[in-house]
Amino acid sequence: MQRPDRMSIYIYEFAWILPSIAIPVAMIVAIAISAFAMGINVQGVTGRIDPARVNETPPFDRPGLRQVGPNRYEAVIVAEIWRWVAATPDDKSRRVELTVPRGSEVTFIVTSRDVIHGLKIENTDVNMMIIPGQISRTTARFDIPGDYLFVCHEYCGTGHHFMYGVLHVE
Amino acid sequence: MTTETVRRFGAEGRLAAAYFIVALAALAVGGLMGTFQALNYAGVNEILGFSFYEDLAFIFSYYQALTLHGVLLVLVWTTFFICGFLIYVTVNALETPLRSLRFGWATFGLMLFGLLLAAVPILSNDATVLFTFYPPLKASPLYYIGLTLVVVATWGVLVSLVLTYLTWRRLNAGRRTPLPAFMALITMAMWTISTAGIAAEMLFLMIPWSLGLVQGTDPLLARTLFWFTGHPIVYFWLLPAYISWYTMVPKQAGGRLFSDPMARVAFLLFLLLSIPVGLHHQYADPGIQHAMKFLQALFTFGVFFPSLLTFFNVVASLENAGRARGGTGWLSWIIKLPWGNASFTAQVLAMILFAFGGIGGLVNASYNVNNVVHNTSWVVGHFHLTVGTAVTLTFMGILYWLVPYLSGKRLFSNRLALVQAWTWFIGMALFSNALHRLGLLGMPRRSMIGNAPYLALQPEWQSILPFVGIGGVLMTISGLLFFTILILTVTVSKAPANVEFPRAEAVSGPEDAPAILDRWRPWLIGSLVLIAIAYVPPLVAQLSSLSLASPGFRPW
Ligand code: HEM
Ligand SMILES: [Cu+2]
Ligand SMILES: [Cu+2]
Repeated sequence: MQRPDRMSIYIYEFAWILPSIAIPVAMIVAIAISAFAMGINVQGVTGRIDPARVNETPPFDRPGLRQVGPNRYEAVIVAEIWRWVAATPDDKSRRVELTVPRGSEVTFIVTSRDVIHGLKIENTDVNMMIIPGQISRTTARFDIPGDYLFVCHEYCGTGHHFMYGVLHVE
Repeated sequence: MTTETVRRFGAEGRLAAAYFIVALAALAVGGLMGTFQALNYAGVNEILGFSFYEDLAFIFSYYQALTLHGVLLVLVWTTFFICGFLIYVTVNALETPLRSLRFGWATFGLMLFGLLLAAVPILSNDATVLFTFYPPLKASPLYYIGLTLVVVATWGVLVSLVLTYLTWRRLNAGRRTPLPAFMALITMAMWTISTAGIAAEMLFLMIPWSLGLVQGTDPLLARTLFWFTGHPIVYFWLLPAYISWYTMVPKQAGGRLFSDPMARVAFLLFLLLSIPVGLHHQYADPGIQHAMKFLQALFTFGVFFPSLLTFFNVVASLENAGRARGGTGWLSWIIKLPWGNASFTAQVLAMILFAFGGIGGLVNASYNVNNVVHNTSWVVGHFHLTVGTAVTLTFMGILYWLVPYLSGKRLFSNRLALVQAWTWFIGMALFSNALHRLGLLGMPRRSMIGNAPYLALQPEWQSILPFVGIGGVLMTISGLLFFTILILTVTVSKAPANVEFPRAEAVSGPEDAPAILDRWRPWLIGSLVLIAIAYVPPLVAQLSSLSLASPGFRPW
């Protein structure tokens, strides 16, 4: 190939540079709109807690699901090695089950008593790190009936893969 | 092809070789753990009655093996290879010997010592905390001290390179820094700045805490400091591969680099933008303001730009080569490329998979979209395309010319090496595709999936998981071929090497670049300013509410 002159190299370069700027800019604008105008956001600053006093600190003194309005629920969950506690403290099962009617809006309020855990509910936007000392919080709406698996997705010890639960939407 | 009978910089070559040997040992052991993981995903925990996680000395659990996999592959294989490679590239590009070989070896010795220190608790199951060691998981202090020494030793590599550069500069006032050396210096400088985060985490949080000098720790602050270093580290892995793609592969392909100035601009943008983006790993974290997360999302999209420049420039260089070899038309120049050369082919296959890794990376970077994939096996699929292929397969390709060059012996079998590269490519395509899809279906990462009780509830996962195993086995075969070829090259191969050090010229050379591109201070200052903008607010917020309330746990 003959050496292209400097001018045509500049033209090639700019022909690539312009879309390389325009495309990421367009993407981030779309993200900003969806996050801040349409409210599809990640969690922000959501409250702190003393990890040694989780048992005594409301709302975590009474973990579980409760109705707070028409079609509105709060799921208060404590993560601990290696289970989700969303019921009375004497329930020692590794699998926790919650049931809500279809069309419910559920706010998940979660913290950890020990190490870092992670909460992900399949087929939803619910995906949060659960960090001791911090309270994680997010809301999701469940319109489609079915069983939604939720797992711990951050390594929390050798029993990590036993830590799960199921949310039934009826 | 010309044969360089007198290989220059033999002493630096031996230092580089020492780094490569450690790196390769780590790749071998770490890779084997990957095989076990992929097989576990496919439901296989033993072969012929031999159980990976029960019958092997030094392997106590899936998670201890996963710690080995992560540490050996992304901390040891990458770092040791890169340090050796950048030293050798720099002395060759500057045609100046290393300023102090003794200091170079001392640095290597410190790095190796740190590695051995960290290896002891990993192998004795006293550091089963994965390579991210998030507290309040608490490992043996040796683990933190050892890893800290490895990081500190990399600063010594920067010192070596800078001293050598200054020697060159004194004799070459006014000349443009040769491109490979320019890139090596930027890589090490960026990395060294970025290690401030992990150094602070280790010195102020992890080491005193693991020694029992303080009772508790702050898990969120530790994560934030970790990811201050944890994103730039991926560019520390990638930029050396880019050095090969920009300054060596065009020559190996028989062409020239398209634009030297554009390559310099891309690297300077990496220096500016690689660091102030670590919070994109913490989109899902509680306790961090939206504005701070979003600002770093913005910078993350910024760092996409130099990657696009690289894509253009490297492909244009390949096209230049294809046409120089008689190729014509829009695409048919591609078939003219030297696909019979294993070193070239391995690296181009690495580039192809990297394109997919980059696209997936945009999804991860996209702030709220990250909720769909965060900590799922999608992410595992993603980084096996990037560090596991773009970086690893490129380094393998580099070794296919560099080992013959350093040892003076011809590559044992170029044809076998071609098979190796293609096997990795196909295996990885299957493996990573399966993991991406499983991630979209909600399958978590860092989990012994084959033994998870919830697997029984997920027939769709079960139908895809075998492909993780098949891909993993192909990658294992490829890895075995790779080591066989290298070992036979240095032991059995008798023919003298017929390789040269690839140095690509440029179509548009450094003289077309504005002089500001060859000054360091403005760019270093710019980098620090962007870091301050991105990180002062979240760090001030976290330090002002610092609470060392978490004791340590050992749930393994
Ligand atoms: C034979 C080749 C390989 C196989 C079969 C393999 C397989 C796997 C699998 C199945 C996982 C997921 C484990 C889990 O999340 O539970 C994993 C994790 C990982 N792999 Fe690989 N891998 C291979 C090579 C590599 C290479 C070459 C690299 C990098 C240079 C790499 C880096 C990683 C990292 C960083 C993780 C994450 C570890 C963690 O989450 O702590 N792997 N690998
Ligand atoms: Cu867990
Ligand atoms: Cu990152």
